[in-house]
Amino acid sequence: MSIEVQNITRQFGAYTALDGVDLKIETGELVSLLGPSGSGKTTLLRIIAGLERTDTGRVLLHGEDATDIPIRERRVGFVFQHYALFRHMSVFKNIAFGLNVRPRRERPSKASIRNRVHELLRLVQLDGLGDRYPAQLSGGQRQRVALARALAIEPRVLLLDEPFGALDARVRRDLRGWLKRLHEELHITSVFVTHDQEEALEVASRVVVMNHARIEQIGTPAEILSRPATPFVRDFLGQDRGGESVESLRPPGRADFALGLLTGAAPRS
Amino acid sequence: MSAAITLKPLATAPRPTTSTIEEAAWVRWLLIGAALAFLVVFLFLPLVAVFTEALRKGAGAFFTALGDPDARAAIRLTFIAAAIAVPLNLVFGVAAAWAIGKFSFPGKSLLITLIDLPFAVSPVISGLVYVLLFGLQGWIGPWLRDHDVKIIFAVPGIVLATIFVTFPFVARELIPLMQAQGSDEEQAAVSLGANGWQTLWHVTLPNVKWALLYGVILCNARAMGEFGAVSVVSGHIRGETNTLPLHVEILYNEYNFVAAFACASLLALLALVTLALKAFVESRSRQETL
Repeated sequence: MSIEVQNITRQFGAYTALDGVDLKIETGELVSLLGPSGSGKTTLLRIIAGLERTDTGRVLLHGEDATDIPIRERRVGFVFQHYALFRHMSVFKNIAFGLNVRPRRERPSKASIRNRVHELLRLVQLDGLGDRYPAQLSGGQRQRVALARALAIEPRVLLLDEPFGALDARVRRDLRGWLKRLHEELHITSVFVTHDQEEALEVASRVVVMNHARIEQIGTPAEILSRPATPFVRDFLGQDRGGESVESLRPPGRADFALGLLTGAAPRS
Repeated sequence: MSAAITLKPLATAPRPTTSTIEEAAWVRWLLIGAALAFLVVFLFLPLVAVFTEALRKGAGAFFTALGDPDARAAIRLTFIAAAIAVPLNLVFGVAAAWAIGKFSFPGKSLLITLIDLPFAVSPVISGLVYVLLFGLQGWIGPWLRDHDVKIIFAVPGIVLATIFVTFPFVARELIPLMQAQGSDEEQAAVSLGANGWQTLWHVTLPNVKWALLYGVILCNARAMGEFGAVSVVSGHIRGETNTLPLHVEILYNEYNFVAAFACASLLALLALVTLALKAFVESRSRQETL
């Protein structure tokens, strides 16, 4: 299903999060919204989802005006940065939630819900973990439960907010490739937000570079790399190409730690 | 899809359970001894005194005192007041905490302050406010009299005063927890198609169930034990508008010590049950957050 936003503006008090943004995403695309923090990318994603309202303009889903349709009727799969799993529910219950809350006449039978959940658990490679609770899972596993939960309602589009932002570097690289293959298999129109250039360029079929509440450039990774449209895009992609700049701000992962020990340096805390 | 992703939860190092920094033995014993002595004098001895005084003339006198019609009426009224006040404050507390914890709106900090008001003012003032409003010389007292509605010096006044005094307990327990949990899970629920009621019932409330129970227990203890506010609006009519704490006072003032302490021992028992429930709830909630 295609997504189109027209002339979207959003103010939070005196702060402009989005300033007249237009964007069209075709059916089956995997698009990345890339930009520094505060560039408005997450707000745009939340407006597409219906989690946030827009001050002006329209959101079209599959060519139909969805601006005033509440999120619970939009059928969008939303994956939150910090997973937002229901902490008191098992993995199984989490994934089944979207089916269980449907009105009785639209709700699938218990057996078909069970089948659907097991199918999704297989899809995200968590078979056999249905009885666990979110607290008993690793970050990467939680993120995949969140994805399975979003896919359970057979969403028309999949929206992911910094899907790998809270994970450590190696898991992030693994999941990146996995998300790309999942998209190739399901072909669901997907949009993900990231501030990591490497992630955007590696996973997305098209990249939307954002800065200061506006879109700087839209293009395939190759186009953006070879012909940056503005000095900002050139600078932003130029920063030593990738997640390293971000990672250096994070506490050392296990790999850094091991290296630190090998060279005899005291591990940073 | 055939990609093998090997993900392993990060092993957490076992936390040291005993500190390596310890004081000398005599310092430790001195501090522990002082703390224990304090507990015995200020908490344990009074509790023992209540029960010994109550049973001074034997179990027979104890049960006779409790079987007295006025005492039974006081017990009944105490339960009635709590049975009305606690559920109402439960509903109010959940609603207020939900609004404050999950949404932002103008006047939010004013609402938080207002919720604390019953804690901030003296219970006697709380009672006087109702006398000023509903009493014969009060604002709507004459109207109430003309329509034959009795609030002050009657059961409705006692229930109102109890509700007011126990107003903050549930909300106070829930607000910090709900604020800490944020609204991500609620947003996820709505994005999955849940309506407001389903979100509250299946996501928000289960996440705060132990805090909720804790608040209800404390609210109930206070509702049954409240003295000041209820005393002002009660009128102390024996067998009609005396709650258990008021009844204890009357008996004591009449030098009927055995009966006074027998009734007081019921309140002390209530306190012990409350503490036991509270400890149970705390240990369960700790297990679940681990």
